Amino acid sequence: MRDLDNKASEAKDKKAAIGPDVELDAYSVEPPAHETIQDLKSLPEEDKERMLLAGIDTEESERSGTYIQKDSSSIYAFSHEEGLEVIPIREALEKLDWVKEYYWKLASVDQDKYTARAHLDLHDGYVIRALPGSKISFPVQACLYLEREGSTQNVHNIIIAEEDSELHVITGCATAAHVTEGLHIGISEFFVKKNAKLSFTMIHHWADNMIVRPRSVAKVEEGGLFLSNYVSMKPIKSIQSYPTTYLDGKGAVARFYSLLVGSPGSELDIGGRVYLRGKDTRAEIISRAITNGGNIIARGDLIGEKPGVKGHLECHGLILKGGFMHAIPELTGTVDGVEMSHEAAVGKIAQEEIYYLMSRGLTEEEATATIVRGFLNVDIPGLPPKLKSEIDRAVELSQQEFM
Amino acid sequence: MLLIEDLKVKLGKREILRHIDLEIRPGETHILFGPNGSGKTSLLMTIMGYPQYKVVSGKITFKGEDITHMSINERAELGIGMSYQRPPSIQGLKTRQLIDICCNNGGDTEALAEELNFSEFLGRDINVGFSGGEIKKSELLQLMAQDPDLYLFDEPESGVDLENISLIGNTINHLLRKNLHSTADKSKKEVVKERPKMGLIITHTGFILDYVTADRGQVLYNGVLACRSNPSAIFRQIKDEGYGECVRCAI
Ligand SMILES: Nc1ncnc2c1ncn2[C@@H]1O[C@H](COP(=O)(O)OP(=O)(O)OP(=O)(O)O)[C@@H](O)[C@H]1O
Ligand SMILES: [Mg+2]
Repeated sequence: MRDLDNKASEAKDKKAAIGPDVELDAYSVEPPAHETIQDLKSLPEEDKERMLLAGIDTEESERSGTYIQKDSSSIYAFSHEEGLEVIPIREALEKLDWVKEYYWKLASVDQDKYTARAHLDLHDGYVIRALPGSKISFPVQACLYLEREGSTQNVHNIIIAEEDSELHVITGCATAAHVTEGLHIGISEFFVKKNAKLSFTMIHHWADNMIVRPRSVAKVEEGGLFLSNYVSMKPIKSIQSYPTTYLDGKGAVARFYSLLVGSPGSELDIGGRVYLRGKDTRAEIISRAITNGGNIIARGDLIGEKPGVKGHLECHGLILKGGFMHAIPELTGTVDGVEMSHEAAVGKIAQEEIYYLMSRGLTEEEATATIVRGFLNVDIPGLPPKLKSEIDRAVELSQQEFM
Repeated sequence: MLLIEDLKVKLGKREILRHIDLEIRPGETHILFGPNGSGKTSLLMTIMGYPQYKVVSGKITFKGEDITHMSINERAELGIGMSYQRPPSIQGLKTRQLIDICCNNGGDTEALAEELNFSEFLGRDINVGFSGGEIKKSELLQLMAQDPDLYLFDEPESGVDLENISLIGNTINHLLRKNLHSTADKSKKEVVKERPKMGLIITHTGFILDYVTADRGQVLYNGVLACRSNPSAIFRQIKDEGYGECVRCAI
């Protein structure tokens, strides 16, 4: 820990490699602490509604466990299923020695000032773990909720799918309705062990002036599957995220899907990088981005290091009402016999498609909305229908707002 | 009734239709023949209202309304529907969703698809990777769901296997209510009244004539309509002598 503290201190002013620099001192409002609750029913209605927009079901129907954090405090952390653990990370670091084997083991504390801050001023976060062989039936949900105007939330999450387990996590990030600005820093470390399956779905529903700096790293062992979905449809001031995944074990698979909408004033810089290190590993990074006047950079990077690995990158962007879209797909092969491809397209909706739907009775606006919805409707193999419908709902809600 | 009077249409700078006069009365189905590139698809697209087909002069009237400058969806609402020769594919839009849209809450998507042996395609993105024959079925299914009063079919049976040709042919005949006949207690006039559907079908193969009792045939040659006559007779003549004879009528 001492070593981490030192490294973090040294990096506390270190600018990130990409993305607009954030003046951390501008977010000096001390986030308040909150009492824990025993029952989600006691949450204010307003909170419940905002959480629902980010896919968090406070009724907990068809959820195996729930973690809720408000500002700097975890207020609710429960597992409803055997073989599943949901623990606030500060408590875990204090009481459980094994957690230290995971804390900052994939992500580097001195990567930049955001990682440094997340260590030096940790406001909790969660540890979610599926024990060996446990197939967790329903998704586990986690909500990171920011209530204090102008404050920061620095969280660190660790997700572990032990050998032969199956775990589906949905994380909803949201702000209270009255909040207009704030800063969220989120460190996530994913461990997908031998033959385990982990799906992680993140829905962002922030305030217009939020700044978000996630830093995520995943490691997938032999036969493991890591499925990561990211949905950001709401206006946001700036997000820069470039999660890295290491496919270390033989036959490990990673699939990334992101659905992005950039509104005027928004700056989204979202990527995904996968190192295909094990034999027969496979990776797929797919992004669908729409801008209505915002700036979007969609990055993707596949690095093939073993013969026979396969990867595919796909960045599709639509410019609807002005804005800026930059697709940056990168492929690197370091040995013979890697098979990697990419497909990038930036354009507008084909007029012919609009007319086609109009001839089936839709107005021009309805036809456009239908095509946009289709554009964002990506088939995600292996994702439970419940989570797919949460994604569809987030897309649907955003449509009502921007159409 | 569809009434087209002395229509002239430009596509870009090019005049692709000239002096088009056409009248399709309720209950009538017309067949449109013509060599490749003669303007058949252009005529259908113009009736449907595609703005790139610019009406320079003349007039299109449907159900008594001047629709010459109406938008596509207004025409759809008024009861015009089209089965396309080459429809676009739309990523992420499921065939089921599109059929639901066509039904406009008034039809049963699953049952309609069943009728065309097309159920397994409902979960696929519309037209994405569909084979030639599958596209024809998907188009027909959309029209069945829409159930317009004027059916425009652009080569509904081209590239379709023999078994499916009979399915498609019979379905079209049924949609156009061509299977209704005068009976002891209903006069021909009354039957026609119950059968207001109109059809305009483009065909090269003529197979459709084996299934649909068409009232009239026309040949479009180089942007001009010629040879108004019995469809089977026209088809026989084209088979025997090619479109050469039509040149003479078109002049
Ligand atoms: N977008 C376009 N750009 C240039 N020319 C076009 C375009 N669309 C149609 N044309 C031309 O207009 C003419 C008429 O085309 P149309 O599609 O109406 O023919 P068609 O009679 O339906 O032919 P086919 O039997 O081959 O389907 C053709 O010469 C065609 O090349
Ligand atoms: Mg044609």
